[in-house]
Amino acid sequence: MIQMNPSLRAAGWLLAFAVVVAGAVPWFLWGNSQLIGGLPLWLWWHIGWMIVATAVFAAFTRHGWDRYLGGING
Amino acid sequence: MAEIGIWEASMPNPALLSGGLSTAATSVELLVVVGYLLVALVVGLLAYRLTGTDAEDYYLASRSLGTLVLLFTTFATLLSAFTFFAGPNLAYRQGPEWILVMGTMDGILFAILWYLIGYKQWLIGQQHGYVTLPEMLGDRFGSTRLRGLVAGVSLFWLFPYVMLQQMGAGEALVGLTDGAVPYWGGAALITVFMILYVGLAGMRGVAWTDTIQGLFMLSVIWIAVAWVLSAIGGPAVAAAGLDANNPTFLALGSSFYTPQYIISTAVVIAFGVTMFPQINQRFFVAESAAVLKRSFTLWPVLVLLLFVPAFLLGTWAAGLGISVPEGANVLPVLLGEYTPAWFAALVIAGAMAAMMSSSDSMLLSGSSYFTRDLYRPFVEPAVTADREAWLARGGVVAFATGTFLASLTRPGTLIQVGSTAFGGFAQLTLPVMVALYWAKTTRVGMLAGIGGSQLLYLSHVFLPATPVAIGGTTIPLFARTYGGWDVALAGMVVGAVLTIGVSWLTTAGVDEAAERFAVGAD
Repeated sequence: MIQMNPSLRAAGWLLAFAVVVAGAVPWFLWGNSQLIGGLPLWLWWHIGWMIVATAVFAAFTRHGWDRYLGGING
Repeated sequence: MAEIGIWEASMPNPALLSGGLSTAATSVELLVVVGYLLVALVVGLLAYRLTGTDAEDYYLASRSLGTLVLLFTTFATLLSAFTFFAGPNLAYRQGPEWILVMGTMDGILFAILWYLIGYKQWLIGQQHGYVTLPEMLGDRFGSTRLRGLVAGVSLFWLFPYVMLQQMGAGEALVGLTDGAVPYWGGAALITVFMILYVGLAGMRGVAWTDTIQGLFMLSVIWIAVAWVLSAIGGPAVAAAGLDANNPTFLALGSSFYTPQYIISTAVVIAFGVTMFPQINQRFFVAESAAVLKRSFTLWPVLVLLLFVPAFLLGTWAAGLGISVPEGANVLPVLLGEYTPAWFAALVIAGAMAAMMSSSDSMLLSGSSYFTRDLYRPFVEPAVTADREAWLARGGVVAFATGTFLASLTRPGTLIQVGSTAFGGFAQLTLPVMVALYWAKTTRVGMLAGIGGSQLLYLSHVFLPATPVAIGGTTIPLFARTYGGWDVALAGMVVGAVLTIGVSWLTTAGVDEAAERFAVGAD
């Protein structure tokens, strides 16, 4: 890992989590009823988003988790 | 008041549920359920042989749960009968948007709180050996009163929640046996089984059966989806039916699923579940930090795997023109239509499994709150560990008997109390978070924050809505929602503001030990 400003890094994680929370409901598809494979498009978005969330969470456990609680200061 | 709908939906009318099942099918169904109960009992006895008499082992399985077991025991506890009955019912009546609420709430918000509250509590618990949340707070703030308040508030909101599981289980048995087992008999059987089980097994046994139940539920729901889809010819057929029957179902949002509703529900429930005794206690039981990390990562996927199929089944039932009588559950009706009777029975057994695992976890954690945070500090400080373990079992009997007796009256108003349990627990979350992260939090601040938010919330739950004219417009005071927003959200804000504000204005007593919450990087 390249050295990074700790507060910049913290702000980055904060932003990542905010985006993960905000995008779980596809607000931009409000009222949309388009179907793909018999399921609403907005449901596909949500399914994809939850997989993205898992990826972000996995990255956080590897690079952020111990930095903020319990571990060494970084 | 949309939350109420969920609770009403989880209370099936047994007479309607039972329709159309033959006697032969009924005995198959009974066999399936009895078989499940026996498996659970065997697991409980195995766990009992490994359980010591000390409280840390009884309640926390000596803080030794691995990823799979921790993940599923939290998950199964979180679900209760919602997955199989109430969730699909809601999707059947209002459309599948609840998938979004569940995903946001359980998959994402709860996972983040899992880190912020759960991991922090785990770290603190590792250092100081706490078993319950009230114990942790009471010790940090040097306040038996705070400890008792948190325990009392938690048990208050837990009572209707346990009761509703007994009602659901009792009614499911009535439906299962075509009325051969009366409602009270079903509720009593479940109660006796739960008491025996929790009394014998402790956390280890409960966690083990939760894992079996979680895996069972997950498998059954996907088999159900495959079965129904192959019978009807794919999801496009159901969607075409929806387009004809309920064209608004497929469009995102509705007059029921407003943005205010989606956000309020997701936030209040996600914050509320962290303070449920049976969930919060699980924050102390992980074997290692790696276990907590893995569970955190897997959470969104697990939520997706369980809720998407369950709620889609309910939605498809609406598209297929399945007629569900008022008060009955859509899933058994749908499965009765498209799958064999024994399989429908398996799903009901899964739902009962969910109710059981919720109830025994709640009873176990409730009893630890009672013995450690109410009985020991206020009645008998010198109680021995051995006596405490037996008191815990006595507490389980008393609490379960109380909820059983209350469940017999089936009072509608208590269903309303049950629906608000999430909101009641959510009032605790922000003061606890402030305490976990702000060293200047004081005892008086905590008492004000928790007391103030509970009073605000309780008044809105129990007082009738009263129209009040303010500046030319009329506002319904004490209504459950203001402009579509749940009042529980306002209570949470009030709790946080009071905790911070009063802490700011007061000085910590000499017996308050902020350093107890300092861990690692702090």
